[in-house]
Amino acid sequence: MATPLKRVRGLGAAHSGTETFWRQRVTAIANIPLVIFLILSIVGHIGAPYSEVRAYLAHPVVAVLMLALIASAAIHMRIGLKEIIEDYVHGGCKIVAILAATFFAGAVGLASALALLKISLGS
Amino acid sequence: MTNKLEAERPLSPHLQIYRPMLTMMMSIAHRITGFGNAIGFALLTWWLVAVSIGPEAYSYVDAFFGSLIGKLLLLLFTWSLIHHMLGGLRHLIWDTGRGLDKTSIEVLAWLTILSSIVLTVLVWVVGYALKGGQ
Repeated sequence: MATPLKRVRGLGAAHSGTETFWRQRVTAIANIPLVIFLILSIVGHIGAPYSEVRAYLAHPVVAVLMLALIASAAIHMRIGLKEIIEDYVHGGCKIVAILAATFFAGAVGLASALALLKISLGS
Repeated sequence: MTNKLEAERPLSPHLQIYRPMLTMMMSIAHRITGFGNAIGFALLTWWLVAVSIGPEAYSYVDAFFGSLIGKLLLLLFTWSLIHHMLGGLRHLIWDTGRGLDKTSIEVLAWLTILSSIVLTVLVWVVGYALKGGQ
């Protein structure tokens, strides 16, 4: 006899349990202080001269916070975009859209991280 | 086997069936601001990459964000970040099982809208004041 209970035992129907749900919460909590830091960084540097912006981003504390934000936001963004796509896009387009969201998150995450490392290590 | 289960009907009623309600608009706003933040992330990447390349590349980015459209985009981006953050805080409260009654939901929704606007204005006013109106 198949009851709905059978489907949710162990890791459930999706075979991944609550991993994604939990990861979205963990990155959400991490993003709160990191995004406040980002907003202050953006607003505080509009129209600032190049040397000032570069020196600011090269500061180890700023660089670590920025790198943490980028990693956390990229993961959070990938999960969120996937969730939106799964609700509104169906069929083959869904796979393509999720792939695009994954590659986008990976691309902006890697590019931002490399840029920060380059600024920090001064080359 | 699964094909037989897929009937020719919507899986759930479409959005236009419902009369627009505050909580529903907030749910949609949370998704739109989330998507907007993704676009903002790309702008942030552009900014960081330009700084890492050098003064010339940075001058283009600086000119863009210094323009009216650029400033408007940044203003929208900061509002989107703050709105999504406050919306996320509501979700974290709900995750603990609190604030799910009708009154709390309405109050939290209005609090999110109002404080997102107030905080955005505050951040920009303070930001500009600290820079001495440059």
